[in-house]
Amino acid sequence: MIDLANIRTLAEKELRDALRNRWFLVFTIAFAGLALVLSSLTQPGGMNLRTVSYSRTAASLINLVLLFVPLIGLTLGAANLAGDRETGALIYLLSQPVNRVEVLLGKFLGIAGALLATLSLGFGLAGVVLSLRGGIQDSGGYLFTVLLAYLLALAMLGLGFLLSSITQRTAAALGGSLFVWLFLVFIGDLGIMGTVASTQLPIGTVFLIAVLNPLQLFKIASILVIQANLEVLGPAGLYASDHFGGFLLPLLIGGLVLWIFLPLLGAVILFGRQERLVQRGKTNP
Amino acid sequence: MIIAKNLTKRYRKHAALHEVSFTIKAGESVALWGANGAGKTTTLRCLLGVHAFEGELSVNGIDVRKRGKAARAAIGYVPQETTFYDLTVVETLYFYARLKKASVSRIDDVLTQVHLSPHNAKRVTMLSGGMKQRLALAVALLSDPPVLVLDEPTASLDVKAQRDFIHMVQSLSQAGKTIVFSSHRLDEVLALGSRVLVLDEGKLILDCAPQELAPRLGLHRWLRIWVPAEHKAQTLNVLGEQGYRFMPNGHSVYVQVSLSGKVAPLRLLESAQIPVEDFDLIDGELLLQGENDD
Repeated sequence: MIDLANIRTLAEKELRDALRNRWFLVFTIAFAGLALVLSSLTQPGGMNLRTVSYSRTAASLINLVLLFVPLIGLTLGAANLAGDRETGALIYLLSQPVNRVEVLLGKFLGIAGALLATLSLGFGLAGVVLSLRGGIQDSGGYLFTVLLAYLLALAMLGLGFLLSSITQRTAAALGGSLFVWLFLVFIGDLGIMGTVASTQLPIGTVFLIAVLNPLQLFKIASILVIQANLEVLGPAGLYASDHFGGFLLPLLIGGLVLWIFLPLLGAVILFGRQERLVQRGKTNP
Repeated sequence: MIIAKNLTKRYRKHAALHEVSFTIKAGESVALWGANGAGKTTTLRCLLGVHAFEGELSVNGIDVRKRGKAARAAIGYVPQETTFYDLTVVETLYFYARLKKASVSRIDDVLTQVHLSPHNAKRVTMLSGGMKQRLALAVALLSDPPVLVLDEPTASLDVKAQRDFIHMVQSLSQAGKTIVFSSHRLDEVLALGSRVLVLDEGKLILDCAPQELAPRLGLHRWLRIWVPAEHKAQTLNVLGEQGYRFMPNGHSVYVQVSLSGKVAPLRLLESAQIPVEDFDLIDGELLLQGENDD
């Protein structure tokens, strides 16, 4: 039986820990600072000029999210359970009247709260500056992009927890998270480009391969929200627009939501089953 | 209060516990004795429902396998070395009180009980090892559980902290708590235990009173005595004449003593005007541990 009060207790502690975490503070300051700088670059002027400038700023913010959010989500998630396991705090926690699902969900929600607060701060500051400079043409679209960034952050955090639930050591979990980050951010894109260049895959297949990557889901959905079309993505974008029409955005959002729940479900199952990984260090009968 | 029937725990093909059965009545204080790797910690973790296991195990009438969380609610647990989160003493107790569904008003009571009230605002990272173990005991007592499970609770403490901790546990035992603890140390078992379960390579090989442990297992205490090099030969002669069993070792001599005769060799050397530079008491279990160390 899941006890929501235990989840809340654990989430509050994790939230407080995350807000005290130096690495997290550095990320918050860097993200908010860069978002502020990017929004300050919006040029005041005529309507057309402002529209172009807003699109550029929004695109820059999307790229900022694509780099920063997966990195912090993956590393915070990966370091959490593995760190507690390595210090022995996890076995002590599990010796209390709590169950493993409560522990995992409590920790996930606490860090998720801190991560979403950071994104809100960054996007909030950028939004204020853009508004003051008359740069926001579509406040609804801007807020929708923030919502998509939230979904991406939760998906990356869930993936981090999945890594954390299958590794014994913090260093291994962090190494794994950095590899996944590199794969999703750089290697995934290059791989698709290489595949397209070297094979004659149908454009629909290329698009489907691309959207297996949650970062691509976020990117395509954000561009769709800001620009209302996917011309900027070339033939694959045009294919998606033509093929899925009005269903494309809900499908992309659904994909992101799946990327939140599937890794988290995997983490819950693995954390619940692999008692070996609860112990500190090697198995010690 | 605690019933184990054919308790077995396997790590792949290796059986860390093999068909261990015992019953512990309410109010008993039972020691789990054995060398490293004997299965003491595994038994305690099975009691807590942290490990999956084969066989039957119940705590306070609760089936540990089916209702692990409820079983843990009936247990206060103190590990060998507790890792707390980076909180103050009071914050730590508040956090665990919420998880244990204990009244917040218990926090002051347990702080007083373990003599940590003057340190309640300190960060846990600033506490000494002894204070951390007392805090772990305070956490264990928050919900006033009927059973206390202690996993070598004094192993990492200095002598004074060990004594203080043992006194606290003795008073809890006298107050009627059921206590299960693991230990390597004969003096701890004698001070705290009303019964000893001896584990060896995952099997229960002996169930006896603490006083029977040393004779039944052939354990001895050894007094290590340092004497000046020029008096060493005389020391060995004097000890040999009085029938002591001894082993010279470098600048020191190990002398086998009975549990109640620790001082006698020192008095003997004093009467022979042999100056003793230093001495130490070593329990026989260290030799046992050395033989079985894994």
